Amino acid sequence: MAGYLIRRLLAGVLTLLVASFLLFLLVAVSGDPLATLMSNPHVSPATIAIARQQLGLDQPLLVRYWHWLVNMLQGDFGTSTTGQPVGPELARSLLVTLQMVVPAVIISAIIAVVIGVVSAVKQYSISDHVMTGLAYLFYSAPVFVIAILLKDFLATNVNQAVGHTVLYTIGQNTPGTTGAWNIFTNTLGHTILPVITLTLATYAAWSRYQRASMLDVLNADYVRFARAKGLNPRRVLYVHALRNALIPVVTVVALDFATILGGAILTEIAFGWSGMGSLLLNGLTGPVSPDTTVVQAWLMVVATAVIVFNILADVLYAVLDPRIRLA
Amino acid sequence: MPEIQPGPPGAQPEVLSVPGAPANATSQVVAEFAPAPGVPFAVQEAAPSRGQIRMAARRFFRHKMAMTGLIVFLLLLLASIIVPIFWQYNYADITNVYAQGPSAAHPFGTDLIGHDMLAQVMAGTLTSMETALLVAAISTVVGTLIGALAGYYGGIIDQLLMRLTDLVLIVPLLAILLVLSNRFSKQADSQLFVGLLLALLLWTYLARLIRGTFMSLREREFIEAEHAIGASTWRIIMRHMVPNAAGAIVVNATLTVAAAILIEASLSFLGLGIQPPQVDLGSLVAAAEGDATTLPWLFYFPAAFLVLAILVVNFIGDGLRDALDPTQRGH
Repeated sequence: MAGYLIRRLLAGVLTLLVASFLLFLLVAVSGDPLATLMSNPHVSPATIAIARQQLGLDQPLLVRYWHWLVNMLQGDFGTSTTGQPVGPELARSLLVTLQMVVPAVIISAIIAVVIGVVSAVKQYSISDHVMTGLAYLFYSAPVFVIAILLKDFLATNVNQAVGHTVLYTIGQNTPGTTGAWNIFTNTLGHTILPVITLTLATYAAWSRYQRASMLDVLNADYVRFARAKGLNPRRVLYVHALRNALIPVVTVVALDFATILGGAILTEIAFGWSGMGSLLLNGLTGPVSPDTTVVQAWLMVVATAVIVFNILADVLYAVLDPRIRLA
Repeated sequence: MPEIQPGPPGAQPEVLSVPGAPANATSQVVAEFAPAPGVPFAVQEAAPSRGQIRMAARRFFRHKMAMTGLIVFLLLLLASIIVPIFWQYNYADITNVYAQGPSAAHPFGTDLIGHDMLAQVMAGTLTSMETALLVAAISTVVGTLIGALAGYYGGIIDQLLMRLTDLVLIVPLLAILLVLSNRFSKQADSQLFVGLLLALLLWTYLARLIRGTFMSLREREFIEAEHAIGASTWRIIMRHMVPNAAGAIVVNATLTVAAAILIEASLSFLGLGIQPPQVDLGSLVAAAEGDATTLPWLFYFPAAFLVLAILVVNFIGDGLRDALDPTQRGH
């Protein structure tokens, strides 16, 4: 196990290293950070040449990659085309995104397990059919369609019914709010709809996994045997069946990190949050774009997180399921 | 020994024509050992396979949800092909009727510029579906091949292929697509570019799934039996392991269509998918976002078609799983 973990970590670092080169290359060839400057007729070629030199863009690609990598390992993510340090901006954006992602993941996992288990235990009952239908609907509805529906129809109606704005649809909070309680309710009001959006988009698939996994286990010989020898049905359900049925789902939750972040990008854009989503999109298509330093740093941070979660999923699987042999 | 030529992996009709997913390993072993010495296995397998296809087809046709899904899907596809031919407005036509709700002349209304929304939604549906089918076809072949090789051989091949998969899975699909399409979607044929980009990135899930299935399959007795009678690697993979994973492949291919429609629409929603003047369902929803409360028809029609298209493809996928994989029936 320890040997496996060490090898997996080493492989992860190696993967990350290869990925860093590919990502650097990908972003470097996908656009010139001086494109905006060059399209300005009032900027002379000499100025552009100086800017190119200052940003180190006149050096060969491999040299640039090396500098970038070494700086990053020392915690320096470089400066954006607009002259801002990228690291702090990335940290701020990540916090904003986590404000939406963490509650959404926790709520999704709880809803998915409960719905999945109830659906499986009461297979083909009306509640199973209803929950299956809803899961299909939310699994099929794009995140941005859910977001627009919640924004333009739910929020408007709720706010009208209450008489003042409780559900905000733009931004992650109102800047300048004072007082701890006000900040809390304000942030909550901004967070509710995005979290609902992301939860609906996330729980649906997980609840299907949980249901399928639970059905598999409920039909397994050892569960039938446990029932046959007269064990308490609740004990069979919660100890023999559910614990084993949770294994695939736990790993799916860990593996879905990248998907959730993708959903978060869309949710953020739809709700006008200035988190990771808008940081990436601004870096690509914003007024001073492409901002290659920002995009490269973004991709590297996310890639690192995905690798960590992948290893976590594999290790979790091995720890939880003794049938998996780690070579 | 004559063998039935296995088809290309992942192509759906081929998966249907292989002798179904055996109900369990035991029956497979029995089927393999039953023939008298010297009788080609192919002959023995030909007869039951036809019956199994018929049984699978019957199971599919009796699956109410899947049949509803299939009919609606075909209707959507047919409408998006036929309506533009006979409808008096082209999706690019600009009428002098602005921001009108649904009427006899414009069943889906018109937008602020005067586009006929019926023509726009139909053109958008066709674009989205074409792209998705292309993506699913390519990514299923790639995913099955890579997963099969990794799972069957294990060891260094598995390591290399799975690290390759890791590399693709390492960043959210949407992010990497955004970076790539920021550069390429402005090209002449943005639809083809977006389709190829999606296909290049969407095979990973299937590859992992197939690898997992194959890793457990290769330990099973009936595969050992195949090795013992000297079957070739290609034959074992294509005739015995892929059929056992057929449910997973077919369901995944179908779900990939749904995922491709969804991701392509997401890209277009963010402005980096299929570029104007071509329209797709995502860009139509994006265009309507600001007017969803005042001109709701601009949002409702493309959004409904988008959700419907993804929903019915998911229904078909589930029906196929129930039909092709009897061990999974009822899930």
